Amino acid sequence: MKRSDRIPVQTNPRRIVVPKAKPRQFYGLGVPGMDVSKLGGKLIVVEGADGSGRSTQIARLVEWLEGCGHATVQVGLKRSTLVSEELDHAKAGNILSRTTFSLFYATDFADQLENIILPGLRAGMMVLADRYIYTLMVRDLVRGLDMAWLKNLYGIAVVPDAVFYLNVAPEELVERNFAKNHALDFWESGMDLGLSRDMFDSFLKYQSLVAIQFKELQATYDFTIVDGHRTPDEINIELRKRIESVLAGK
Amino acid sequence: MFNGVWMKTFAELGFPGRLIAVEGLDGSGKSTQIYLLKRWLELQDLKVFFSEWNSSDLVKNATSKGKKRELLSPNTFSLIHATDFADRYERQLVPLLRAGYIVLCDRYIFTAFGRDTVRGCPPAWVRGIYNFAAMPDLVFFFKASLEVSLHRILEGRPALKYFEAGMDLHLSTDPYESFRIFQGRILEEYLAMSTEFNFLVIDANQPIEAQQAIVRDLVAAKVNLKEYKLHKPIPLP
Repeated sequence: MKRSDRIPVQTNPRRIVVPKAKPRQFYGLGVPGMDVSKLGGKLIVVEGADGSGRSTQIARLVEWLEGCGHATVQVGLKRSTLVSEELDHAKAGNILSRTTFSLFYATDFADQLENIILPGLRAGMMVLADRYIYTLMVRDLVRGLDMAWLKNLYGIAVVPDAVFYLNVAPEELVERNFAKNHALDFWESGMDLGLSRDMFDSFLKYQSLVAIQFKELQATYDFTIVDGHRTPDEINIELRKRIESVLAGK
Repeated sequence: MFNGVWMKTFAELGFPGRLIAVEGLDGSGKSTQIYLLKRWLELQDLKVFFSEWNSSDLVKNATSKGKKRELLSPNTFSLIHATDFADRYERQLVPLLRAGYIVLCDRYIFTAFGRDTVRGCPPAWVRGIYNFAAMPDLVFFFKASLEVSLHRILEGRPALKYFEAGMDLHLSTDPYESFRIFQGRILEEYLAMSTEFNFLVIDANQPIEAQQAIVRDLVAAKVNLKEYKLHKPIPLP
């Protein structure tokens, strides 16, 4: 898509809005020595399967937010300096069992939480997270790990200001994944679960299980479910509206 | 105890194997004692396995990178060690215990409970993370005085590593002083855990032989050793 085709971004300096603060909290016991009242900024999470349009939407939100005068910082899964390389090796070899994998991802998350997310919020920035603890929890729940255990583990996480779940039907995700990568991903197809030896079949089954788990988590974690079948513009307009109300402290 | 529920031992969970763990400060003599216990069991032709803390290469890389660059916070330190433990637990300990071995562990989850709590992680959080692991069937705690333990470790003036000395806690700028304070706090945690988790407390200030006699007596009383005889190999034709 060419730049000119996109919906315009705000560039009028008079219309820059200083975000209103809201009290913050951790989901559980938090991070030792971290005073939650010192955290400003806003934490905005975009969740959804591969091919749901997360990165497109985040790229546009960053552009829009910066146009509106907000400093942004981005985080995502498996990007920590501490363990991201090792996680890639582990995924390539399929050699770790589920609790180990889960804790490895949690380590990666904790590292980014403490080194990017919390410092970003403390500096009053807009932190855009390309997935958050929910994806990690859902993956583990589908693999049979215990909800109470996961809640305790991710009690270190700070509660975001908004969580958007881009909902796209598995059948549509298949097409988008083929169009993008010409193949399905081993992990995104849940091949480690033995749902089916046929990758296509496994992908559909796995993504349906994931969608069901996300809906179950929604009751607890209050995500906004966004219809991801629409055009990128339509979706982005909805996200902007919702983020504007977050910035207004609502 | 986690969320008001006692974590179960391997025996209570119906595993045929038994796990015996030793805990105590560095320099408490626990490694000597578990080695002697292992030899005693082996010499009776029992199925015994001594589990050393050999991390998988993968986890080892991440851990050493974090440690070398001093990149770890209390939470990431705790999580990376929990990952390492989970790997060893799922790939080594559980299969051995399913196969009916007596597994001897030099340190178990209590090491993490003590160390991470001293670093400032909430105890309930750390215990919650490790509750995927069953409780040992026996835990020996070698209770040596702090001075004795420190003397054994520090007499050669070894080069203490950053995290090992607890330097990340900023207790002192001198690594040796930092180590002393750090070990003292860990000892306090061990003492507090010893009733909570039914540690079998061994006075580690006694002679080696006196301690080993108690350890062997307790093991014989609590584990039906006859059940763990190695199967005689089928003779070749």
